[in-house]
Amino acid sequence: MTISYTMSENQLLLLGDEALALGALDAGLSGVYAYPGTPSTEITEFIQNRKGYKGRGQDRTCGEPPVHCNWSSNEKTAMEEALGASYAGKRALVCMKHVGMNVCADPFMGSAMTGANGGLVVAACDDPSMHSSQNEQDSRFYADFAMIPCMEPSSQQETYEAARAAFDLSEQFGIPVLMRLTTRMAHSRANVTPREPRGQNELHFPPEGKARQWVTLPVNARVRYPQLIKDNEAFEKAAEESPFNRYVDGGDKSFGIIACGIAYNYLMDNYPDGCPFPVLKISQYPLPKNLVYRLAAECKTILVVEEGQPVVESALRGTFPSGITVKGRLDGTLPRTGELSPDCVRTATGLPARPERPASQITVPRPPALCQGCGHRDFFTALNMALEPYPGARVYGDIGCYTLGYMPPFKALHTCVEMGASITMAIGSSLSGGYPMVAVIGDSTFTHSGMTGLLDAVNEKADITVCISDNETTAMTGGQDSAGTGKIERICMALGVEPEHVRTIIPLPKNYDEMCSTIREELDYHGVSVIVSRRECIQTAKRHAAAKK
Amino acid sequence: MKEDIILAGVGGQGILSIATVIGNAAVKQDLNLKQAEVHGMSQRGGDVQSHLRLSTGPISSDLIPKGAGDLIVSLEPLEALRYLQWLSPDGWIITNVTPFVNIPHYPGQDAILAELRKTGRVIALDADAIAREAGSPRSSNMALLGATAAVLDILDADKLRDGIRAVFARKGEAIVQANIKAFDAGLEFARKSHE
Repeated sequence: MTISYTMSENQLLLLGDEALALGALDAGLSGVYAYPGTPSTEITEFIQNRKGYKGRGQDRTCGEPPVHCNWSSNEKTAMEEALGASYAGKRALVCMKHVGMNVCADPFMGSAMTGANGGLVVAACDDPSMHSSQNEQDSRFYADFAMIPCMEPSSQQETYEAARAAFDLSEQFGIPVLMRLTTRMAHSRANVTPREPRGQNELHFPPEGKARQWVTLPVNARVRYPQLIKDNEAFEKAAEESPFNRYVDGGDKSFGIIACGIAYNYLMDNYPDGCPFPVLKISQYPLPKNLVYRLAAECKTILVVEEGQPVVESALRGTFPSGITVKGRLDGTLPRTGELSPDCVRTATGLPARPERPASQITVPRPPALCQGCGHRDFFTALNMALEPYPGARVYGDIGCYTLGYMPPFKALHTCVEMGASITMAIGSSLSGGYPMVAVIGDSTFTHSGMTGLLDAVNEKADITVCISDNETTAMTGGQDSAGTGKIERICMALGVEPEHVRTIIPLPKNYDEMCSTIREELDYHGVSVIVSRRECIQTAKRHAAAKK
Repeated sequence: MKEDIILAGVGGQGILSIATVIGNAAVKQDLNLKQAEVHGMSQRGGDVQSHLRLSTGPISSDLIPKGAGDLIVSLEPLEALRYLQWLSPDGWIITNVTPFVNIPHYPGQDAILAELRKTGRVIALDADAIAREAGSPRSSNMALLGATAAVLDILDADKLRDGIRAVFARKGEAIVQANIKAFDAGLEFARKSHE
């Protein structure tokens, strides 16, 4: 859900995601390219919510001057489209959740080699504590891996400012810039004061001297790579001089603190009158080594406070002379997993814990569940009925609301790994002798990463039954357009599934018997079948009904 | 001056509307605000919470430290109990008493209320009934906000009413009035109950 922001004079109340979006718009953005994913979705939605956007199929831009804002099929296509926009000289923003970086890793790594022409910013929103994710991977590793600059703002205002700074860095050095947000920045609202917007870039392709690097043949890449390595000295110097990184001296040198991104807030919350220890605040990478050396010259112990994985801490361990101790997540000073809190940072700095009430002993967990009336519920009920006589059956799940089919009362799924793995894992298990092998995938996940797997299934003549639980939207993230709406059966047939084995059912309690027999007929067919179980998401259906009133 | 509020409820109950009204009123008073929300999977009927921090000075952390919350405002009694560790020793709990039962083994309502009362300063109201009696059955969250206004220091009731007007303006005057009626009924209940 997106709530329109409140305005008082020149102050807005914005989510970190929205601050990034507005910062990018005000920096002269020409297009946002993204696939929805918590906690990144609101970046693109903020841009779509500007006036005039009607939705895909009717429109592809919004606002004046127009900014592209349609959803892409997945993070890889989004990254490539944005790279194309950058090649054409325009400023482009790519947005995704952290695991989207895995999907677009190929063009992302490639973009460090091609460089950027128009400003190119890649926003990756990490989800430590896995509020709505399958892992805690830290996107700063990707920036380091690709050898590009990375920004990690610590407040919503700084996020707004960082968007423009990132586009400027990108254009100054001709390199994409990674913008790393974490859940508590992406989904926390605070006051933001915007500044004067600037215009978009004109269409301009790379000049003669920069044209070669866009063709990454070995003969060109071998020239480009040493240049990228050399450019990293300039990236580091920029980080050293960046207003986003700050060295604040403190009188107590018993230890020094490196606080990255949002971790800086948790630190300062415990020292409202100023921190007594020297603090190096980091919001721009590569890590400015000279500032770190300065801290190490002052303090024999360094505490690294960072949200996510111990990226900076790992880099520092072992690089200092033996007299210096590095503390953080790796030595247990801070928890190894999960997001930071003002409380754990407090303990790490040696302050006594605040008195707190004991937790209530009578509370019970309230896990998320599929909505009452959701079509996935009826599909899982019918699937479980159909599979009753097949004790060897395995059901390969995928990413979306329907992953909750794993939970009671359905207990219908055996696996869930990443976007698209349902179909391909079912193929692998079927080729290994399992029967019946069933894949369950949503419509948006199918067009994101399931179609190529289905082509494999057809080419392998695999004995699998693919169930596409189609609710005609990307529901988990709040009901965004789904790339395959109205095209699912045609896509399956075009990929080579026999038309008589592309079946459509309507998931409703009154249809259980019919659904069950359709599923069984396809389980008994020893080839590739697709069952499309289609009923609109009840959340979007409610919204559509309310809009009609 | 600062005030830290934990907003709690079940995904879909509408805690974000409460946050939006408070946020709207706060920004108009030039207060600083940070509000950490929960989006994504938890919104599917799971427990949801929002950390809302208001201050005349700067606010560092987006999250409220444990033991530092001034208020827990909950649309559901079990959810009010879930965040006791965040409540300061003299903090208030303002909670709806109508249970939202979508899980097995939901604790007995009497046990929940007994545990809530043990915490000290509690305003427990049937926000659903109060909103219904005020003729605004869909505005129980605003009845809860009204009860909150009885103990909230940093924003007074008039500022919150302005917030309701601003947030619901585009839905028409009838909706604005329905929400204000529920708000006022909640406020009156709370004032009477802790007189």
